[in-house]
Amino acid sequence: MGKGVAITGMGMISAIGKNVTENYRSLISEKMGISRISHIDTIHKNEIMVGEISATNAALEKQLGLPENSWSRTALIGAIAAKEAVTHASITEMNDCRTGLVSGTTVGGMDKSEQYFYQYFEDDSEWHHINGLHAGDSTQKIAHSLGLEESFSTTISTACSSAANAIMLGARMIRSGQLDRVIVGGTDSLSKFTINGFKTLMILSDTYNTPFDENRKGLNLGEAAAYLVLESDSLIEKEGKKVLGYVKGYGNANDAFHQTASSENGDGAVLAMKKALQVAGLTPEEIDYVNAHGTATPNNDLSEGRAMLRVFDGKVPEFSSTKAFTGHTLATAGAVEAVYSLLALQHNTIYPNLNFKTPMTEFDLMPQTKLKNKELRTVLSNSFGFGGNCTTLLFSKNA
Amino acid sequence: MKPVYINSVGSVSAQKTYDNDDFLEEIMTYNDTILRVIDPDYKAHIPPAAARRMAKGIKMSTVSAKTALKEAGLENVDAIIVGTGLGCIGDSEKFVSAIIDNKEQFLTPTRFIQSSHNTVAGQIAISLGCNGYNYTYVHSAISFESCLVDALVQIRNEEANHILVGGVDEIVAHHVDTHRLINHIKSEPVSTEHLLQSNTAGCVMAEGAHFFVLSNQKKETTYAELTAVTTYNTLSRDKLTEKTIDFLSQNGETLENIDLIILGNNGDDGFDSYYGILSDGIFKNTPQAYYKHLSGEFDTASAFGFWLAAKILRGGTIPKAVQLNQIKAKKPMNILLYNQYRGENHSLVLLKRC
Repeated sequence: MGKGVAITGMGMISAIGKNVTENYRSLISEKMGISRISHIDTIHKNEIMVGEISATNAALEKQLGLPENSWSRTALIGAIAAKEAVTHASITEMNDCRTGLVSGTTVGGMDKSEQYFYQYFEDDSEWHHINGLHAGDSTQKIAHSLGLEESFSTTISTACSSAANAIMLGARMIRSGQLDRVIVGGTDSLSKFTINGFKTLMILSDTYNTPFDENRKGLNLGEAAAYLVLESDSLIEKEGKKVLGYVKGYGNANDAFHQTASSENGDGAVLAMKKALQVAGLTPEEIDYVNAHGTATPNNDLSEGRAMLRVFDGKVPEFSSTKAFTGHTLATAGAVEAVYSLLALQHNTIYPNLNFKTPMTEFDLMPQTKLKNKELRTVLSNSFGFGGNCTTLLFSKNA
Repeated sequence: MKPVYINSVGSVSAQKTYDNDDFLEEIMTYNDTILRVIDPDYKAHIPPAAARRMAKGIKMSTVSAKTALKEAGLENVDAIIVGTGLGCIGDSEKFVSAIIDNKEQFLTPTRFIQSSHNTVAGQIAISLGCNGYNYTYVHSAISFESCLVDALVQIRNEEANHILVGGVDEIVAHHVDTHRLINHIKSEPVSTEHLLQSNTAGCVMAEGAHFFVLSNQKKETTYAELTAVTTYNTLSRDKLTEKTIDFLSQNGETLENIDLIILGNNGDDGFDSYYGILSDGIFKNTPQAYYKHLSGEFDTASAFGFWLAAKILRGGTIPKAVQLNQIKAKKPMNILLYNQYRGENHSLVLLKRC
């Protein structure tokens, strides 16, 4: 089975850094990005903590050279991260080969829509945001800011596995020869919509999230955008490009259990991990580190823990969730953690699962709690979402 | 390359399309700026208690998907791929207005849960017990075509044998009211027969759910073969003809081989000129059809066009109501579909009789 798909660039913005370098620095210095919310005025502000990007919309717009209040925050952070990835991949001419863009998002332009929901009918000052609500609009804007034209550009929305699925589709399109190059990832900004939605589901922690801990109280919502550039072998050869790592395997399965909860034994997660291993032609023993979904909700961590025990037959390799750093960045989580997995491979570093104190009673699983150096060849990254959507990606140093 | 067959269809639209034995025999005509679907007998497909809580998008999709699965003779599939521009937007709107009106208090989760764009694909997976690949594409006018691109790759690479693909969108008040403000929806009613002569801005907005089983195996129920799909995020009027010819030649077809072109004209005088470039240009002497006077416009309206093409290829006849020019078509072998919305998100789809 399969040779991996080469990754030549990455870019991201999150609560722990405005670019890839800053994110890595925060990860290895155990700097969390979780705080009280500052950019959104919500009545829940004293009961929740979030992983918020510090820059204001005005600052992001300035960075992109846009007039004030022209785009949704989702599109703004998306364009910034995608541009970083493209620059990192040393792409100067976007349309010189069959290039695509696949982006994941759940909120799209909801941040603006909820703000001007009634105002639209009072005056025309914010009408430019009306058509920005739909999810594809953020992707179109990112494509435009990258100068991508006459191309395959699409959007995936499978809740919290959206960006992981975008990476998977991109890898499949390169492998099947449909595209020569594809920018893949996702973007989601915080909004009252998601804050209140998760609040009604009663899965928001009122303090720092604690993945895989017995006393975990739920998740912290976060916001982020992250993108990778994938390129075909022939393009890499032609341009003599440096390869950062490979998308070695991918698996998507549906838990088919409940719209918002994972099955008790993580059936969908098991299937996704097994499929990814199969695509990569790897055995579970060949996985050196698992970057878990680990949202710190009671349901996810139990279900994912059981699924890992099943896939690795009780011998789970070092694993950690980086959600304690960034919060749960929803659609983007899979892309954020793809970048972190690649950085882990590059630096042979396993990140600590912060805030962990007490092992869960249901099983004997201890996440990695201290920064650890270890030779890494293959990293497994999980992303699970509402609608039973389970996606696993495998990243490797070698093709 | 492995052939990909369209083995069944399911449609809930502004026409009476929910019964696969019927093919636009009775045309529903309207004189409006928005159209709603002709409701099928939801009770025959969904237990009433469940239906009460369900978003309309889920209900329409359930009927449409079940119709397609039944016709294909399948209890389950290897993959479920759904396209939707806005998901169950009605629930999103209600959740947002409740947040504002109640100042973020007294909210319940159902509206939020159904707002997730992948609700339809997730619900179908749960109802079938389908653990397979499950994706939702949400990219405006190419939401449905993205599903086709994905499904083609999967079947050709032998990753799946049978795939349920679909497109669904529902029409709701706030979305309509805001899009009226920016003239994306017509301000004056237009009759079904005169949509293309309206000479006004905007479209007649609608809703619908269309599902299909794509398969690597030809069966008695097979409608047609899906041979190629491509999409473009941008495309200038100057480049449309060149790109269309390129697309055909890349897929081993010539202009002369196209027996019917199905165009996505929606009566918007700002953008129908795209279709005019093809209908007055390289396809001037080709039989032409259109459908948005029957289906209305929505992000996945092109799935109605796909349904139309599949029905024409199986039955061999082109309903009079969809004919755009006077050129008599022989029994069509190859159909090309072209769609775009407001000058963005263009798609070309090629179907073949088999």
